[in-house]
Amino acid sequence: MNPAAPLLELRDLHVYLAESHILQGVSFAVRRGGITGLLGRNGVGKTTTLRGVLGLVPRTGAVLLEGRETSALAVHEVVRLGVGYVPEDRDVFGGLTVTENLALAERAGSEHRYDLVYELFPELKQRGAQKAGTLSGGQQQMVALARALLNADNRILLVDEPTKGLAPLVVRHVVDALQRAAEVTTILLVEQNLSVAHKLVHDVVVLDQGRVSFTGTVDELMGDPALARRHLGLAAVGSH
Amino acid sequence: MTTIALLLVTGLGLGALYFLIAAGLSLIWGLMRVLNFAHGAFFTVAAYAGWSAAKLAGGADPSLRWLIGVVVAIAVGGLFATLTEVVLIRPLYARHVGQVLVTVGLALATISLVQGGFGSDPQRLALPAWMTNTTSMLGANVPNTRLLVIVVAALVFALLLFFLRRTRFGLIVRAGVENRAMVQALGIDVQRAFTLVFAIGGMAAGLAGMLGATYYGTVDPLRGTSMLIFAFIVVIIGGLGSVTGSAVAAIVVGVVQQFLNFYGAAGVGDFSVVLLLAIVLLVRPGGFAGSSA
Repeated sequence: MNPAAPLLELRDLHVYLAESHILQGVSFAVRRGGITGLLGRNGVGKTTTLRGVLGLVPRTGAVLLEGRETSALAVHEVVRLGVGYVPEDRDVFGGLTVTENLALAERAGSEHRYDLVYELFPELKQRGAQKAGTLSGGQQQMVALARALLNADNRILLVDEPTKGLAPLVVRHVVDALQRAAEVTTILLVEQNLSVAHKLVHDVVVLDQGRVSFTGTVDELMGDPALARRHLGLAAVGSH
Repeated sequence: MTTIALLLVTGLGLGALYFLIAAGLSLIWGLMRVLNFAHGAFFTVAAYAGWSAAKLAGGADPSLRWLIGVVVAIAVGGLFATLTEVVLIRPLYARHVGQVLVTVGLALATISLVQGGFGSDPQRLALPAWMTNTTSMLGANVPNTRLLVIVVAALVFALLLFFLRRTRFGLIVRAGVENRAMVQALGIDVQRAFTLVFAIGGMAAGLAGMLGATYYGTVDPLRGTSMLIFAFIVVIIGGLGSVTGSAVAAIVVGVVQQFLNFYGAAGVGDFSVVLLLAIVLLVRPGGFAGSSA
């Protein structure tokens, strides 16, 4: 395998939901290692892109993981190729305990990194017997991240707005955890909080109205106010 | 007091039969969002299969014959349900109208086939002597068949809880009832859980078929349909997707039905169950337990 080849590649991805053409030919590549940011204003198709990679929404076009076409595979088959997913709404199983949520994520044939998970989120060990539905938003985010990190054979994590709605202290905790996770796996991160994105990511892909409007490094994007304003909007840059 | 004790036990026995049908229905709905109108057909076909097997084993000990009937009914119920899921339901996931049509059609066709093969009249099931005897409880002579049905249903309830709480497949089913898409996004083949839940539901319905024949002393081509109506009510009152909720609701429905049918006019018990359903839907729309397995 060519180490310089992209880990994940999207080619001309289209997604239609009801009458809306959400993704209109999205193409980009994610290189191996580190965190690639998928940025853009609200409603431009970032979450749909992640869901399209997994096959959670009907799509056309090609999704290649380490050069292997995955579009024809079922969702669970794509995941078993080594894709971890942290959805925007966390989607922890509220009626299951924290321990059960993690046990459910265990994949046969993969080493399970409980040591890493509990090192990053020691609170989860203490709250193992607690129903996930009774946890705070930040704790639920830890469960969602822990599920994705658990399997050592995950080649890439698709992480959707992990800091959304969290208190600043918890945001710092999540940022630290993502930095640590990026040492052991590749991450494609959707993030609205630009200061968080700037801290974490190197490569960025910006979406606008269902199309890729910019690819480059975060410094290229943020270092040029005109460029940032054009791709991310005035308000977004203002908040950075 | 004697009458009350008798009504209570017979009501619990009826509730036990409802539970055995409702538990499978509830899990199938909770996990797969399939409204399975063919569930009564699993009950009927399994009952006739068990009755036929018990009859074929004519020379054996009566208790053994009955036991053979139970084993055959469970196996046939499970097999019929699995084939239904694989052949008819699987191509129609997310097409709810198609599912309703195909399961209603299967139920109607099954009743016609059973009537064509075995006749429209109920057929008597030969029971061992100890089952036709009674046991004295609180001054009432309670038929042993009622007690047997209650004990078996309680065992099935315990087994289902063990399966749901102590096995990985049970964990998958409980998670799938909450959020099926996220279970898939963890790399789990939910399709296998679908088939397993259908098979378990069919086995429980098959057991209910043979226990229903034991409870009433006959097999009847139309009993599955009438039981299914009350089982649906139990599922809704108990909370879609909840086995424990179904167990509680089945007891309530069975006991209320027996008492009001006895103390009220004929049919009042059946009507009161529908009224109970309406009250629960108004006061607690999610049922007793909401949507947790």
